[in-house]
Amino acid sequence: MIIKVLGPGCTNCKNLERVTREAIAALGMDATIEKVEDYAAIAGYGVMSTPALVIDEELVLSGRVPRSAEIQDLLKARAS
Amino acid sequence: MTAMTEHLPTSRRAQALVLAGAAVGWVALYQLNEHLWDWVLYNGFGLDPTDRVTETVHFFVYDTFKIVLLLVLIMFLVTVGRSYMSVERTRAFLGGKREGMGNVMAAGLGVITPFCSCSAVPVFIGFVAAGVPIGVTLSFLIASPMINEIAIGMLFTLFGWQITAVYIGAGLIIAIVAGWILGRLGVERWVEPFVFETKLGGQVIDSAAGLTFDQRLQMGVEEVGTILRKIWPYLLVGIGLGAVIHGWVPTEFFTTYAGPGSSFGVLVAVGIGIPLYSNAAGIMPLVQVLYEKGLPMGTLLAFMMAVVALSLPEMILLRRVLKPQLLATYVAVVGTGIVLVGYLFNALLAR
Repeated sequence: MIIKVLGPGCTNCKNLERVTREAIAALGMDATIEKVEDYAAIAGYGVMSTPALVIDEELVLSGRVPRSAEIQDLLKARAS
Repeated sequence: MTAMTEHLPTSRRAQALVLAGAAVGWVALYQLNEHLWDWVLYNGFGLDPTDRVTETVHFFVYDTFKIVLLLVLIMFLVTVGRSYMSVERTRAFLGGKREGMGNVMAAGLGVITPFCSCSAVPVFIGFVAAGVPIGVTLSFLIASPMINEIAIGMLFTLFGWQITAVYIGAGLIIAIVAGWILGRLGVERWVEPFVFETKLGGQVIDSAAGLTFDQRLQMGVEEVGTILRKIWPYLLVGIGLGAVIHGWVPTEFFTTYAGPGSSFGVLVAVGIGIPLYSNAAGIMPLVQVLYEKGLPMGTLLAFMMAVVALSLPEMILLRRVLKPQLLATYVAVVGTGIVLVGYLFNALLAR
C-alpha cells in the first residue's frame, strides 16, 4: 500500500503525516508513506485544501487533520 | 481503538453541557482577569500601583490574558462556523462567473471561506485551471487574508461595530477593485505557464462535507491550539511593545509625527506595515495603544491591513505561480488601495 501525504510542509501537513504513521503502526500494516510537496503534483490530484491524503492513488481526505481512528478506518476499508 | 470509537459519538446532552461549561468558564476568566492581576501584583507582590514599571507589567499580563481569551473564543467560533464552507464550494460558486460580479462574489467568499495562506498556491492553481478568471481569483486571494476574522473579532470588542464595519467594507472594496484592475491588465502572461498546463485529475473532495458536529467542534479545539502555538511570539512582542508605548511614550510624540494633521502618516504606516510580518492578533494590542495615544483610525486600519494583507512569506509562496512583474503589480495595486482607504477614513472618522 502506498500512502501519499499532500501538502507544502505546513504545520497541519506534518500533523497529518504523524497521525497517519500512528494509524499504520496501530494497525500493524505494511505501507510506505510518501510526501508530495510539489504544487503542480498536489493540484494534479484535484486538491485545493491541504493537507490531503492519497491511498493507492485515490484521494480520500482533504483540508483537515482527522483523528487516528478515522484514518485507520480509511486504511482498513482499502486494505483488503 | 474500538474503545475510542465507542466513546466518540457523544450524546447531544453531554455536548451541550461541555459547551455551556466552557462558556461559563470563559466568561468567569474574562471578568476576573483584571482583579486577578490587581491582587497578584499589588497584594501578592506588594507592588506600588502608581509606579510606572508596575503599571507596565500590569498592562502586559492583563492584556496578554485578555487577548488570549478573546483569541480562543474567536478562533473556536470562526473555525466551527467556517467548517460549513470550503474552497471547493467557493470554486463551484465562482465557476463561470464573469469579471465584475465575479470579483464581488470572490471578495465576499474570501471572508467566509476557511483558508490558510499555505494553501494559496494550490487554490490559485485550482481556481485558474478550473476556468475562474485570474482577476476574480486574485480578488479572493486578497480578501482572504486582509479581512481577517481575528481582526474582526478584536476590532469589534475593542472599538465597537462601526469601526469593524468600516474595516470590512474597506477590505472588500480594495479586494474587488484591485482584483478587477489586475484582471483588466491582462496579467495572464505574467502567470507561470505550468498553471495553465495543470490537469485537474481525480475526484474533488469537498473538505466541508460529511462532518459530524463533534468533528467540527474537534476541529475548532485543534485550530485554537495550532494558531496559539504559531502566533504566541508575535502576540507577546505586540503586547510588549504596546505596554511600553502605553507607559513610556508621551502622546505628543505620535501626534506630532503621525497625528491627524500629518499628511505622510498613512504612507509611513503602510510603508512600515508591508514588509512587517505579524499576525492580526499581534497587531491589535499595538493598534489599541496607538489609538489611545491619538493616532487617527484611518492610519491604524491602513497599518493593520498592510501587515496582514501583504507579507513577505506570502509573496514568496505566490512567486511559485506569479511572475515577478505580476507580484510587483499586485503589491503596488493593493498597497495603493490601502493608502487611499487610510486617507479616506482619516477624513471621515476625524475625532
